Amino acid sequence: MKLLWRLLRGMPAYLWSGWGAAASLLLFVALWELGAGYYGPLILPSPLATFAALQGLVTSGAAWPELAVTARRALLGLLLAAGAGSALGLLAGLSMTASMMARPWVTLLLGMPPIAWLVLAMLWFGAGDGTPVFTVFVACLPVVFIGALQGTRTLDHHLKDMARAYRLPWRMRLLDLYLPHVAAYLFPAWITALGSSWKVAVMAELLATSDGVGAALAVTRSHLDTSASLAWICAVVGSLLALEYALLEPVKRELERWRGAGT
Amino acid sequence: MTALQVRGLHHAYGPTPVLEGVDLDVPAGRIVALVGPSGCGKTTLLHLCAGLLAPQQGRIAQPFAPSALMFQQPRLLPWMSTLDNIALGLKAQGMARAERRRHATEAALALGLPAPSLAQFPAELSGGMQSRAALARALVLAPRLLLMDEPFGALDVGLRGQLHQLLLARQAAQGMAVLLITHDLMEAVRLADTVLVMAAAPGRIVARYEPPGAALARGDALVYRCTAELQQHPEVRAAFGLPGPAQEDGDGAIAHGHWQPVASAAHPADSRSSC
Repeated sequence: MKLLWRLLRGMPAYLWSGWGAAASLLLFVALWELGAGYYGPLILPSPLATFAALQGLVTSGAAWPELAVTARRALLGLLLAAGAGSALGLLAGLSMTASMMARPWVTLLLGMPPIAWLVLAMLWFGAGDGTPVFTVFVACLPVVFIGALQGTRTLDHHLKDMARAYRLPWRMRLLDLYLPHVAAYLFPAWITALGSSWKVAVMAELLATSDGVGAALAVTRSHLDTSASLAWICAVVGSLLALEYALLEPVKRELERWRGAGT
Repeated sequence: MTALQVRGLHHAYGPTPVLEGVDLDVPAGRIVALVGPSGCGKTTLLHLCAGLLAPQQGRIAQPFAPSALMFQQPRLLPWMSTLDNIALGLKAQGMARAERRRHATEAALALGLPAPSLAQFPAELSGGMQSRAALARALVLAPRLLLMDEPFGALDVGLRGQLHQLLLARQAAQGMAVLLITHDLMEAVRLADTVLVMAAAPGRIVARYEPPGAALARGDALVYRCTAELQQHPEVRAAFGLPGPAQEDGDGAIAHGHWQPVASAAHPADSRSSC
């Protein structure tokens, strides 16, 4: 109840802080308009034409099912990666040896291009959901893992000693000591992973499946329908922004309220 | 009688010996202060007693339960309210939420923390309030043994005096054993039944001093005289690197503390026993 009240009370200020973001987005649209005037509608349709195409997709009912399919794949892969990456990163961070061993693996996984994973995934999983979900998972995992690992390694050893002196059981150490600190590293990692999850899901769909936004993009490409392509891109980016600023950012603010204290 | 017993304790960080042949006893109901210059191994000794470090050589018998440790810095969890911080040890013992919050509130109010501050984060409190919260977190466990590592070092004279009185009152009421580390001779004389003087490189106990009377009954004047007496002792001057022999101040002020020989210094061979 208290939490709900605090969220509601913070809402106007949060929404008001959105003006800055809105202004910078509109500036981007203005630059786009400039480019559209220069290159012509075949290369770069104007924002208005794109939004009209997007509206057409939405009103015809074509947009939602495809977006839902892509969202399901991206979020499932992301969820798996966030869960496994956070847990494994935390565990690895607890041990010096495990952290040192894990570093090169992370570099290796981060360096491996998602398209290479996609090829492997197509061979392993075929044309179903498995291919995009696996590709998203494997692309997001190292990002989340390294965030959790860094967070765990940087916990103040004074606080660790205190936890030992007061004989905190492992569950309290995890929930009251490690997680609140590690969250500061996990959230940016999750947000980065959220972005790449959608990118990778669309890419995987473009090459491997017959439904989802990626498949729709493949169709618009074959029709040389640039404005429809851009409309799909806008739909994906819009969903991403909505997810980040309507869900992740408020949660992050609530969990990190203590950081603003006393300053 | 139950007592924290340390016998023949040696400790080294790599090739550097930090503690050599330390013997000490902290019986129930007594306050023992350990004074020494910075870096003489006091904190290492305390961490060994608290079980945060494993003894390399020697024996530590710690029969008290529960025990609590108060660190040099408050070390409150920045993401928890002050009340939850104070209740941390109780939560670790598995006490239910409502009950532990009630105990923590009582402990906090008894130490003079204002009620509104309990809902705040530690960063919103002043340094003095944070120290009180740290002391409350230790005392709320009703420890049989309280280990303190220069807990009041960062506080002003007034606050320090208040916390000293609060600590002494609680100690007298509950009869807990206290091992206090400090580099402030006056704090040691004010609080302790026994003052042990440590010298550095390697850390060892070189003198033992007992201020007269009960700590709660010592007035300021007596504390000043005893501190002066303690500071004039050659071992203390040597340990802290004070120059020259003590000056006689000529006014003939006499304190009533007692010097006692230190067994481990007299029989170094006996202190080498290990388990």
